[in-house]
Amino acid sequence: MSNIQLLSGNEAVAHAAYRAGCHVAAAYPGTPSTEILENIAKFNGAIDCEWSVNEKVAMEVGIGASIAGARALVAMKHVGLNVAMDPLMTYTYVGTHGALVVVSADDPGMHSSQNEQDNRTLVKFARAAQFEPADSQEAYDMTREAFELSERTGSIVFIRLTTRTSHTSTPVDLGDDFARGEVVPKPYVKNIRKNVAVPANARLMRVEIEKRLEVLRAEAERSPFNRIEPGDKRLGIVTSAVAYTHVKEVFPESAILKLGFSNPLPLDLVRRFAAQVDRLVVVEELDPVIRDGLLTAGIPVERYKTELSMMEINPTRVRALRHELLGDAPPTAAATAPIEVPALPTRPPVLCAGCSHRGVFHTLARLGATVSGDIGCYTLGCAPPLGAMDTTICMGASIGAAFGMRKAGLKGRLAAVIGDSTFFHSGMTGLLDVVYNRGPVTVLVLDNRITAMTGHQQNPGSGRNLLENASEPADIAAICRALGVKRVAEVDAYNLTQLREVLEAELDCGEPSVVVVKGDCALAVRRKTGAQPYCVDPEKCKACGACFKLGCPAIIRGAAKGKTFQAHIDSTVCFGCNVCHQVCKFGAIAPIRSEESR
Amino acid sequence: MQSITNVTLVGVGGQGILLTSDILARAAALSGFDVKKSEIHGMSQRGGSVSSQVRFGRAVHSPIIPDAESDVLVAFELLEAVRCFPMLRPEGKAIVDRRDIVPLTVSSGMQPGVEDRDGLVAKLYGDRARIVDASRIATEIGNVRTANLVLAGALSRLMPFEVGAWHDAMRARIKESLLAINLQAFDAGRDLVA
Repeated sequence: MSNIQLLSGNEAVAHAAYRAGCHVAAAYPGTPSTEILENIAKFNGAIDCEWSVNEKVAMEVGIGASIAGARALVAMKHVGLNVAMDPLMTYTYVGTHGALVVVSADDPGMHSSQNEQDNRTLVKFARAAQFEPADSQEAYDMTREAFELSERTGSIVFIRLTTRTSHTSTPVDLGDDFARGEVVPKPYVKNIRKNVAVPANARLMRVEIEKRLEVLRAEAERSPFNRIEPGDKRLGIVTSAVAYTHVKEVFPESAILKLGFSNPLPLDLVRRFAAQVDRLVVVEELDPVIRDGLLTAGIPVERYKTELSMMEINPTRVRALRHELLGDAPPTAAATAPIEVPALPTRPPVLCAGCSHRGVFHTLARLGATVSGDIGCYTLGCAPPLGAMDTTICMGASIGAAFGMRKAGLKGRLAAVIGDSTFFHSGMTGLLDVVYNRGPVTVLVLDNRITAMTGHQQNPGSGRNLLENASEPADIAAICRALGVKRVAEVDAYNLTQLREVLEAELDCGEPSVVVVKGDCALAVRRKTGAQPYCVDPEKCKACGACFKLGCPAIIRGAAKGKTFQAHIDSTVCFGCNVCHQVCKFGAIAPIRSEESR
Repeated sequence: MQSITNVTLVGVGGQGILLTSDILARAAALSGFDVKKSEIHGMSQRGGSVSSQVRFGRAVHSPIIPDAESDVLVAFELLEAVRCFPMLRPEGKAIVDRRDIVPLTVSSGMQPGVEDRDGLVAKLYGDRARIVDASRIATEIGNVRTANLVLAGALSRLMPFEVGAWHDAMRARIKESLLAINLQAFDAGRDLVA
């Protein structure tokens, strides 16, 4: 009997983990991977699951569970794997006991990421096994098999998703046996030679891992996830992941070798396929990982000019390849616009109305501070009209980078700005470095009590864990004092006078200092308590434009007054944060209801 | 229609586009079609442009609609309707809400706005577009947030599914307490397109 449901790739991975009897799951949120753990949590604790403080800890939790004999899954976005590389690179030598499945979600096209790294290269580097699903059914089937393969071979097994596979919903047959897989964890076995990676043991493991790669290669050669789809032998296409779906659409008649188990490469299978076809090309998304693997093995692959190695690929781009290879692609006929369309204004993401970060960036801009930023909603503080950020690199980089800027002799006010979840993730070590080395760096921790950007996940500061159970809320000011920071202040994110006073004092103090800026995420608050909007009194508004500089989506242009415009507040968007009321020198902005709201 | 039908839904973060495309995809699946629904979220939650794509037919391979091959475009906002005109096939159809959401780039005076947006949509699309007052109707029903279901109701007239499939899809995705008002919005949308 079949049981077909429409699931995203992330949901399918969660269902497969449940079905495969996974015991332990850990992750740090990151688009596009976040929903994997959110869906695992829906199985009411059947799988012991957690939001870890960062991806390295998540990987270590998974490794510990695997050493002790349990089946473990860890999930992260592509850049998260960079954070987790250290434990990964040695545990791949040690080899698994209970299964360890790692889900790495890449982001071709950088829809919500700071870079476009192709993690297939890291999987190859780690000498681990890799499955690349093309749709949710494959994400389900491959994740289930990944647990088995990991225990059969001792390899860590990667499920490599992309934004498109994570966030596309396709039908999945969960089968008639959809139930919790009851798998008893293996008994723990103390084995110092296997599990303690000191040099003498690591040298032995070093040889073992090459043998394991050969075992994996034999598995890949006979895996049902690697298959030849017969077709016109004049052109043979080797392809993987979502690129396969574009190839099926654009080259419906060609012979295809679909690689689902793609590391290590099944070279004998590829050679058999190559021998069947006249011309052999590889179509893959991002780096030419498969192509270069085949070329290194001496398999003649035809190169082409069509650019497919940068940004997300799609059927339109693959049609351009078809045109190059076969010369017969029908041109895409767009509707011709009957009129000339004017240049359209852009609609970039912005800080929400009522966002607790707005007043901070407004104040930093007014104080002329250089701002070393970090990863989160508050990165949007870089956008005009606030424009209050000078650099952003990666999770936790704000603090060390600010210190480095100081060391380089940068003059004037300088602030590192980091969110609560990012501070827990990897800001604390940077702050200790600043204290230890007596760096004159001021750190603003924007504490909105939630991991907001990825869709409101709990974190150590929120007092709740992934399963919404109560936990001890981490006290950021106390952590900073414990790290040795003498100057720690806490301010209300919505009180501009206090913000300005405290920031002026701290930015000019010349020693390590921390300002914890406290204000709950407006989206989360609004969901709970609603909003009390403000309005503009047109009698009092002088059209000075000061409130427009806040970049609030609720404040829109009203009537023209000479060359400038009065402000108008969209009451359906306004949250009632009161910040615009504080920047208005003319008392023109007040709550719609006359009583004070805050 | 071709062997695969391509529907693109566009608008602004927070308008319920992802819920609407989910209901559409479920209705297609319940009607026996292969279906793929693809969307990009993340940064889009923060007031940016949002789009979702649904493809259904006997067998759907790629989740991404090729350039200029949307059979139906559902625009939740006028400016986004203008922006997304090139996605439509020459013979495609559009359903557009007569709704303005001014981008911050315009409201703050950083970029010039566009005048007469519904006139522009009318001229650009000609008789391919139905401009409807989904947000106004939803407000009259009692909740502007049901404008997405008014649009879904209008869209349902162009889709080869029984109305029951839509209702079942809505029941699967909308919580009990909000179902009645959403069904009312859906029916009001159906009445807009004969």
